[in-house]
Amino acid sequence: MAETRSLRVTGKEPVADGVVALTLADPGGARLPDWTPGAHIDLILPNGSVRQYSLCGDRWDAYTYTIAVLRETNGRGGSAYIHQDLDLGEAVGLGGPRNNFPLVPAERYLFIAGGIGITPLLPMIAQADLLGADWRLLYGGRRTASLAFGHDLAGYGARVHLRPEDRYGLLDLPGFLAAWQPGTRVYACGPAPLLAAVERACTGFPPHTLRTERFAAALTGPVRSMPFEIELARSKTVLTVPADSSVLDVITAAGADVLSSCRQGVCGTCEIIVLAGEPDHRDSVLDDTERAAGACMFACVSRSRSDRLVIDL
Amino acid sequence: MKPLTTGAGSVQPPTSLADPFDHGNLEDPGPLHESLRAAGPVVHLSRYDTYALARYEQVHAALTDWQRFQSAAGVGLSNFRYEEPWRPPSLLLEADPPRHDAPRRVLSAIVGPRSLHRLRAKWAADAAGLVDRVLGTGDVVDVVPALAEAFPLRVFPGAVGIPADGRENLLPYGDHLFNAFGPPNDLVAAGAGRIAGLSAWVNGQCARDRLAPDGFGAAVWAAADRGDLTHEQAPLVVRSLLSAGVDTTVHGLSAVLYAFATHPDQWERLREQPSLARVAFDEAVRWESPVQTFFRTATTDVRVGGTVIPDGAKILMFLGAANRDPRRWTAPDRFDLSRDPSGHVGFGMGIHQCVGQHIARLEAESLLTALARRVSRIEPAGPVARHHNNTLRAWHSIPVRLHRK
Ligand code: HEM
Repeated sequence: MAETRSLRVTGKEPVADGVVALTLADPGGARLPDWTPGAHIDLILPNGSVRQYSLCGDRWDAYTYTIAVLRETNGRGGSAYIHQDLDLGEAVGLGGPRNNFPLVPAERYLFIAGGIGITPLLPMIAQADLLGADWRLLYGGRRTASLAFGHDLAGYGARVHLRPEDRYGLLDLPGFLAAWQPGTRVYACGPAPLLAAVERACTGFPPHTLRTERFAAALTGPVRSMPFEIELARSKTVLTVPADSSVLDVITAAGADVLSSCRQGVCGTCEIIVLAGEPDHRDSVLDDTERAAGACMFACVSRSRSDRLVIDL
Repeated sequence: MKPLTTGAGSVQPPTSLADPFDHGNLEDPGPLHESLRAAGPVVHLSRYDTYALARYEQVHAALTDWQRFQSAAGVGLSNFRYEEPWRPPSLLLEADPPRHDAPRRVLSAIVGPRSLHRLRAKWAADAAGLVDRVLGTGDVVDVVPALAEAFPLRVFPGAVGIPADGRENLLPYGDHLFNAFGPPNDLVAAGAGRIAGLSAWVNGQCARDRLAPDGFGAAVWAAADRGDLTHEQAPLVVRSLLSAGVDTTVHGLSAVLYAFATHPDQWERLREQPSLARVAFDEAVRWESPVQTFFRTATTDVRVGGTVIPDGAKILMFLGAANRDPRRWTAPDRFDLSRDPSGHVGFGMGIHQCVGQHIARLEAESLLTALARRVSRIEPAGPVARHHNNTLRAWHSIPVRLHRK
């Protein structure tokens, strides 16, 4: 499938039991869209399935993204595909980056990670450390060998508590959270039972203290790789968007007066109103509710899931 | 876009003795821009020991490369590594990641394209009301005070949520702020006397209890209550709206009105196709570049063309010159609604790209649509006068005759 926005796999290496880290770069060597800690990207795999992965590399490197992928035994094949089949040099489609889990300013942070949930926290930790914040990490997993990046994190010293279950049992959340003081923000990412336990352990804290990200299983179905149609409702024109062109290019070539600016789905200039059809959002602007509503889209990067989109132009 | 790379060896860049901030160049920057673009991808401005970028490719690259072209050392000539800023620095404009992240995220949501839909109908009605009133005062009007200043002052402070009293302070405050990005010349000296009082007034408007509950300002404080910002940051984020949101749009609107006064055929086009209002405004922002320049500071030795700009050096990006670079634009000096102005750098580019651009566009669209409905021709009616500002391409007066339909 020809993707209009794609990334090339430039590195692939195991980082823990069942976890590979992928390094991704623009095929033409261009800068990648900027991101902030807590952000994720959509990876669009060659079969059209979409998977979300947190960016866990260094944002000061504008040319590569790093993600870490856990092989899920009962998953729907996306992670198995990445582990087994996705080779160096191959291309994958890109959506985002988007951030539903931003690091807010604070003097103190308590980070809690379960397993692969460490990934969004890695850049947060780097940043908290850079800013001289007071922070601690509690990181659990099955065994020492399954704690991805555990070795790197150990370099931070006493701030980091690596707690593999086979040696320590379940995470001691109350003990860790006893360090809480007013103004401390708690960030947690990991499997649903861990997040539920963290929520219970944080009930006494003021509102907005705890921020969590769950790796939602409620992902949408595969995206289409086939061309689709765009109907310009006012001029009753129907245009075809081939797999390797953007909506923006097709409609502006047909004479529509749609402004754009960043062409990365960031600035929000090329918003178009969707009257019918289901957009395939690839931007960094809309929140989950707006994405689900499907009433607008950003023409520079977003596409269509349905055969036809009717837009207000 | 080729990345700007570092490496060994450096050639001396061409040198210019010009002062981009003298009155001759502020009156007409075109010849200076032309000579800087022609001289090379980077030019040393010996007068200020600063490196000038005037071609589109290099300006775009520097704007997007926040890693090596930082803002936290000031986006004016003053280098905050060595000099004390004249006011507490902006949490957006004069900040780098990671500190830039939270204020930017909060403000982008508050004034983002999706949040402005609720203002559309109101601003359209306000614009129609203003145009009716101005047409009622006679056919010859100076559109700078009558429309370009009056409209933003009518809608924007209200949208932020500050009281009507004292709004006129916003213009001289912004004028001084944008002068202060330049060298400490006569323009800065002229504003220095009043600035303490104006700053005190502006800072006073940023307090929670001054702000109406449904405005952008209250939304900033609500974000602080949710912990997305600290409560110490909230007033400074409101201040960003009040500093950057008025003079810029005043001169942006003046630019598009001047463009139409001098290009009657383009006004004709807009009247036939009012949906071109947004394109027209962005084309005017490209053509005139109301914000002409901003500085960056090199965070490391950065190679541009064959020249290495040393760590800590100030770099002056000429947005106005990039927006008329013939390497990027066909017939760049022409104001032309059939052009797609997308990609201009008049609002900047990258992580600092104007967070208020959607507000500016909505103001312009509202005003132009109202005018196109009632005015068949905008005819020059006397000599125009520029207003000189170290950063803004500004207007003092544009007298025109408004022909009614
Ligand atoms: C025609 C009107 C306008 C023009 C030409 C303009 C131009 C610009 C430019 C060139 C920048 C980039 C600065 C840089 O890269 O260092 C910028 C940033 C900014 N603008 Fe505007 N602007 C306009 C209107 C507005 C309005 C209406 C607002 C208020 C909501 C606003 C608020 C800001 C803020 C807060 C920033 C800093 C953003 C950041 O650093 O993240 N601007 N503007």
